[in-house]
Amino acid sequence: MLIRRPVDLPAREITDESLFWDRRSFLAALGGVAATAALPGPVGALTFRAPDDDKLTPYESVISYNNYYEFGTDKEDPARAAGTLKPRPWTVAIEGEVKKPGSYDLDALMKLGTMEERIYRLRCVEGWSMVVPWVGYSLSELIKRVEPTGNAKFVQFVTLADKSQMPGLRSSVLDWPYVEGLRLDEAMHPLTLLAFGLYGEVLPNQNGAPLRLVVPWKYGFKSAKSIVRIRFVDKQPKTSWETAASNEYGFYSNVNPNVDHPRWSQATERRIGDDGLLSKKRPTLMFNGYEAQVAQLYAGMDLAKFY
Amino acid sequence: MPAWTWPSSTETVPGGRAAGRVNKLLSHGAVKPLLFVLALAPLAYLLVGVLTDGLGANPAEALSRGTGDWTLRFLCLTLAITPLRRWTGWTAPARWRRMLGLYSFFYGLLHFLCYAWLDMGFDGPAIVRDIPKRPFVLVGSLALLLMLPLAATSFNRAVRFLGAARWRALHRLVYASALLGLLHFFWMRSAKNNFGEVAVYAAVLALLLGWRLWSSWRQRRLSA
Repeated sequence: MLIRRPVDLPAREITDESLFWDRRSFLAALGGVAATAALPGPVGALTFRAPDDDKLTPYESVISYNNYYEFGTDKEDPARAAGTLKPRPWTVAIEGEVKKPGSYDLDALMKLGTMEERIYRLRCVEGWSMVVPWVGYSLSELIKRVEPTGNAKFVQFVTLADKSQMPGLRSSVLDWPYVEGLRLDEAMHPLTLLAFGLYGEVLPNQNGAPLRLVVPWKYGFKSAKSIVRIRFVDKQPKTSWETAASNEYGFYSNVNPNVDHPRWSQATERRIGDDGLLSKKRPTLMFNGYEAQVAQLYAGMDLAKFY
Repeated sequence: MPAWTWPSSTETVPGGRAAGRVNKLLSHGAVKPLLFVLALAPLAYLLVGVLTDGLGANPAEALSRGTGDWTLRFLCLTLAITPLRRWTGWTAPARWRRMLGLYSFFYGLLHFLCYAWLDMGFDGPAIVRDIPKRPFVLVGSLALLLMLPLAATSFNRAVRFLGAARWRALHRLVYASALLGLLHFFWMRSAKNNFGEVAVYAAVLALLLGWRLWSSWRQRRLSA
């Protein structure tokens, strides 16, 4: 079943807060009948509210301005081309250094943790940002269930690479499949979200359906989309962007206004939908504003070296 | 037609009757004004996009890219005029060359304006700090800077003032400007390892500049 959005949602305008909450109740009302498409259960409390000056990025922008190279390298490509992605049926293989490896069905995964709505800033390495209300649960809940062994130090995320569903795979922009990785303690951090939806709906294909990672203190490309495999390993896995250009994209890729990308400054960002055409870019915050929560993960590390 | 648009050549001009007819059509008095208006269409498209919210989620980026794309396109068109004349025998397009060159500069200026205004908020000191730090911006700025003396000496009296030979030597800067513009685009796109479009511009410029190298080499050999 398709969840319809309110028809009066103004495109590319700041979504009015009350409208947003209307939609939540609209979905809650639908909850019982639309069990297969809607996200299960009442959505939990907003554990991580962004500060008040961070307005939600309009839904239209969130679903029309995407980096998802499997569907093309232009921002508009994924919204146009991702219709061929089949987010169901879907299984995720959990493997490597865990006591409970196996193939987990999407429906089982969705019931594994309590769905929460989390409004996170998303900062792209290219210098733009959004504020997105994601729906999902902490990845740590999944990790605890599968019981990593003492050898598990890193988690690798392998994403879908199917030529029949993804026209962008014909180009050799990156080595497919797209792979990402986190240190185990990063993956276990409560902010690290396994997301199944946004704006109260199941994830649109172009946003990484049916499940993706959201690591809000890292540049957006760390948040792998359409995950098919989660592998627990003892050595730091190489990520797709490290393979493509290790001098530009490191394993950590924490948002850091003080460490510039070799070709551009990371000191400021353009907030999609909120900053007017002529308004100055806003300063980028250390760890994308989540410094209080995550800085201790990197205590004593030289963040210019481990970029 | 001023002498400087018609360099002496020992080659026979290709064409014949059909070429003559096309040339006559292209020489029609309405063609140049029409092209003048047509060349403003990309700008009009972008401005309408801004006013109607039609440039997607990141209009600043769309403006930047749009004006940059059109700078390169007009540079290619400008550089195509002379080879086109040699290949087809059409003489009419030579009358558009200055206008097309000035449009390259115009869109290049708008492109820089997008950067200075939309990206940097006209913060002079920040721009001065930013340009040397980012090689691809530096290269783009150089490409535009090289066009400045060309635009400034684009009027007929400048040709007389400088002398045709010196004027022509100065205007060879356009080759460097085009190559720097291409490097700027390549560098920008290298972020995504996405060189499809870059390759198209590279091929066009290689053809247009390569032809010049080849024909000057041949001419030197013939006159030797």
